[in-house]
Amino acid sequence: MTVHARHGSTRHGDASDGASMEAVGGRLSRVDGPAKITGAARYAVEQQLEGLAYAALVESTIASGKVRAIDTTRAEAAPGVLKVLTPDTIISLRTASDWFGTPPPDKPYCPLARDITFSGQHVAAVIAETFEQAVAAAALVEVGYDETPAIVDLSDGKAGDGIPIDAMTKEWGDAAAAFAAAPVRICAAYNTPREYQAPMEPHGLIARWEGDHLTVWEPSQWLDGMARTYAEWFEVPFENVRLISPYIGGGFGSKALALSHGAVAASAAKMLGRPVRLVMTRPQTFTGYGGRAATRQTVTIGAGHDGVIQSIVHRGVNETSIDGMWVEPLGSVTSIMYATPNFSSKQNVVRVNSVVPGAMRAPGENPSAFGIESAIDELAYEVGIDPLEIRLRNYAEQDPHAKKAWSTRQLREAFATGAERFGWARRSPEPRSMRDGNHLIGWGVAAGTYPVRRAYGEAVVRILADGSVEVESSSIDMGQGTYTILAQTAAETVGVSAEDVVVKLGDSRFPRAGVTGGSRLAGVMTGAVHKAATSALDQLVGLAISDPRSPFNTLQANTLTVANGRITAPRGDGPDVSIAELLRRVGRDQIEATGDTMPANSSAEDRYRNYTTIAMSLPHTEGDYSRHSWCAHFVEVRVDEDFGTVRVSRVVSALDSGRLYNPKLAESQWKGGIIMGIGQALLEEGILDRRHGRIVNNNLADYLVPTNADIPDIETISVGIPDLHSSVLGGKGVGELAIVGIAPAIANAVFHATGKRVRDLPITLEKLI
Amino acid sequence: MRDFSYLRATSPDAARQAAALPGAMLLAGGTTLIDLAKCGVAEPDALVDITHLKGLDAIEVTERGATIGALARMGHVADHADIKSQFPAVSEALWQAASAQIRNMATIGGNLMQRTRCPYFRDPSNFSACNKRQPGSGCSAIGGVTRGHAVLGTSQACIAMYPGDLATALVAFDATVHLGDRRVPVDEFFLLPGTTPDKEHAIEPGEMITAIEIPSSIAARRSTYLKVRDRQSYEFAAASAAVGLELEADGRTIRTLRVALGGVATKPWRAHAVEAALKGKALEPEAVRAASLLAVEGAVDHGANHYKIELAPRVVARAILKLGEAA
Ligand SMILES: Cc1cc2nc3c(=O)[nH]c(=O)nc-3n(C[C@H](O)[C@H](O)[C@H](O)COP(=O)(O)OP(=O)(O)OC[C@H]3O[C@@H](n4cnc5c(N)ncnc54)[C@H](O)[C@@H]3O)c2cc1C
Ligand code: SF4
Repeated sequence: MTVHARHGSTRHGDASDGASMEAVGGRLSRVDGPAKITGAARYAVEQQLEGLAYAALVESTIASGKVRAIDTTRAEAAPGVLKVLTPDTIISLRTASDWFGTPPPDKPYCPLARDITFSGQHVAAVIAETFEQAVAAAALVEVGYDETPAIVDLSDGKAGDGIPIDAMTKEWGDAAAAFAAAPVRICAAYNTPREYQAPMEPHGLIARWEGDHLTVWEPSQWLDGMARTYAEWFEVPFENVRLISPYIGGGFGSKALALSHGAVAASAAKMLGRPVRLVMTRPQTFTGYGGRAATRQTVTIGAGHDGVIQSIVHRGVNETSIDGMWVEPLGSVTSIMYATPNFSSKQNVVRVNSVVPGAMRAPGENPSAFGIESAIDELAYEVGIDPLEIRLRNYAEQDPHAKKAWSTRQLREAFATGAERFGWARRSPEPRSMRDGNHLIGWGVAAGTYPVRRAYGEAVVRILADGSVEVESSSIDMGQGTYTILAQTAAETVGVSAEDVVVKLGDSRFPRAGVTGGSRLAGVMTGAVHKAATSALDQLVGLAISDPRSPFNTLQANTLTVANGRITAPRGDGPDVSIAELLRRVGRDQIEATGDTMPANSSAEDRYRNYTTIAMSLPHTEGDYSRHSWCAHFVEVRVDEDFGTVRVSRVVSALDSGRLYNPKLAESQWKGGIIMGIGQALLEEGILDRRHGRIVNNNLADYLVPTNADIPDIETISVGIPDLHSSVLGGKGVGELAIVGIAPAIANAVFHATGKRVRDLPITLEKLI
Repeated sequence: MRDFSYLRATSPDAARQAAALPGAMLLAGGTTLIDLAKCGVAEPDALVDITHLKGLDAIEVTERGATIGALARMGHVADHADIKSQFPAVSEALWQAASAQIRNMATIGGNLMQRTRCPYFRDPSNFSACNKRQPGSGCSAIGGVTRGHAVLGTSQACIAMYPGDLATALVAFDATVHLGDRRVPVDEFFLLPGTTPDKEHAIEPGEMITAIEIPSSIAARRSTYLKVRDRQSYEFAAASAAVGLELEADGRTIRTLRVALGGVATKPWRAHAVEAALKGKALEPEAVRAASLLAVEGAVDHGANHYKIELAPRVVARAILKLGEAA
């Protein structure tokens, strides 16, 4: 048996625990930064392959109907064209399972549509020798349609009430009666529009077949899940599909699934026997996959004159597509943020002629918080209580829905710390009471939360002959910092400098990982790497103690210290050799250990299911605790009274993400979420031509996201404490938390500034003028 | 694939001749033209690159006025010390336009010639009806998404807004466009859509913008460009105003006022009515606000762009009052 002391092993505190830069908890800069800044980082579709052909998509120009005929004559005659794919000429695929792994119906799948259910649907594709030839020929494909009336959006007369989603119903007490009896009642409707992830790197891939083996270079938030889909489409063994995705230019939820354009490219590659590259145009990224669904919510709150909530009744609706199902859980924050004895939340989804919506940073929690965090602000004014105070009066001491203790909930601390740093106490309560020249100034507060999603991961850690450490995992880094924190985890656990750790990610041949979504990856993968690294260290120390060629062999020690790449006896009274030297002396060229966090008795099938579906994710209320990240946002806006323009001039956010593995990266993610939230509040909206059922601002000049000039200094403060119910090392989710609650904080500040309550996002100038 | 030829012009005359051929287009910074080619709106057979011509990028400011070569970059003009001091509205219009990257590429000639941002105009594969693109095909915008469309100068054929900032400042200060030896006042250079929205400028095949000239004036020296938009930067105007002011010796009576509107009209829009209403009046907030309402006389909205009718006069008033304060 071996026991060993470990450098840094006591550092399981929060960001403020004074960890060295490279240890877990240290502020190490992104290790992938230099490669990205110098252009050395090669993204998926930048691979240079022999014989590469190029694909361009042809999309439907109607929102509803049937393809009558496709005339490919002119396209086929165009220079360089290798093939024109239509629903009739593309090879037949099998339907794949969904992300829960639900067995699919046994029927063919065609990624090119005959039945049109939205404008921008893929109907044909042109493959040519060059990109330019493919694009030019795609414009020559003539598609004839039989058009039928479309249901354009939620407000369409034909849309109806939609389909009730019973699984979303949450009820306790008697909400209707308690509301009717409450002395103070408020009721309002809150709407959010279609929003888009708009990653810098558009979606695309290169697909190459070698026999019945498929290699796909594609930006991916989930290599194993996407590999499974490709394998099922083409009916080849899972092992035959290799996904490679070393760098990703932003995903925000949109790159987790294999999508129809991927099926088109891989089919084309198979049909041509050549590698094929397909990259979406920017306009195609608005219809080739789904952004955030448009939502409508009604929130009614019954309360006492003291502002104490007696009942919440919540009804929500989100859009889905004609033949796909997307549920944006609108009651997710509503049901846990405040204590209430009576509660009812129900949700419907409505089918409209749009692409099926998808995941976008904090799906569910984000629009949910816009509803409840606006509504409680309205209640605050109604009863004349400070918006911060009313939140404290209704503080939920336990999960009101699950009726379980919080694992940790530093929300009170977040309110207190944020308010203090923001100077909330100096706020003048009346709307329109703070002014600077033409600017009305408003201060708003809102809370946010995101559940801790947990799953299992796997990693290999190798200690190499030169004393360096190598980590491999099929998880990915889309900018959030996986490369960096895994280097820190391995460095700290083994006892080397982070510089001496090489992390390899983004290849489905590496040990497996589940989806990078729901802010779960850091918690999952630091756990797996910690475990693998611990076992590699065990082997190293074991060798050092027991191998006859080791200088420590005669020491009779039962513990050794490994730090800074050197091995010493605990009291420093023995030899001091580098890891490399030890390996040389004992004649080993490496030590390798695999670690995973799966339950011990997991079968191969369990493992496959865990990594390729989300079916094995642990509920955040599993066991005795309810696990969530929390935050409080304090926002100042300046509204030009004549022009209606809103500028955010100050943001102070206090956040509880548990222990931070790297505060610098966590702050950067929080700020990114806050910035995206500012865009959501003030700018972002897919604008629909109702006659055509088509989004017309499908480019980055017209779909506005914030510029640097729109973003003030943002102060983020960590108020988290390690939460070992949530993850091995004590962290909770970081990536999605901070966007939750920003839009209502801004809307609340706008009300404070102007006295106008805007319940329809985004808050554009004509709503205030 | 659509092939086109590329010619690097060696003299202005050669450029004009080459560009006069059917299907040929002048290429300056390319920030409009390449973009439109990608959207399928511009389909040139030949590009005549004028960026290597010598001597067309000069910026000269004398007592009589400024002459700016057609190839001067937006960024250079915005930063030019004499332009900043003699024509602040011109500099301000430029630095609030587009992004730093675009301003470094884009030229003054190309800037005047930029096309509308009407989303229907820019998407031929989805919207075949567009009178500006295809005379007689109809207008997809009317009855559709009109938030960015014009409320002034529209016709039944086209309601597309002219999006440029610089030209708005130029029209306020009576600039002229030099087409070689021919001189056209900026106000006449831009045409109303009428029944021929495809014809946007008073420029004939074989002509090329060689320079713009802005006469000096006291109002131009005391001028500003105010641009209002949802996003703080890198967005076209929801409404903008170029304003210049000259006061009488008493320091409060308006001797000369220049007002032009951007973001609301089918061409850079001079608001003579506001100028006339305030001439000889004291610079008082109430009077300025009332007179500014005349800026949108005759405006017609198409639903979602109604806010422009309320916004534009407020922008004008603010700009005038701001100049008045900065005595
Ligand atoms: C995303 C984006 C945002 C923008 N935002 C703004 C904004 O906020 N405000 C604003 O004012 N502008 C804005 N612009 C427009 C930008 O200012 C113009 O694209 C630019 O000024 C065009 O100049 P260029 O030299 O690149 O022209 P080019 O693209 O080279 O040419 C444009 C047109 O002018 C013709 N042309 C060029 N030079 C001459 C000449 N000397 N004589 C005759 N014809 C000529 C060309 O044939 C072509 O038809 C924006 C553009 C983009 C892409
Ligand atoms: S407004 Fe003008 S540019 Fe736009 S679609 Fe109509 S005709 Fe074309």
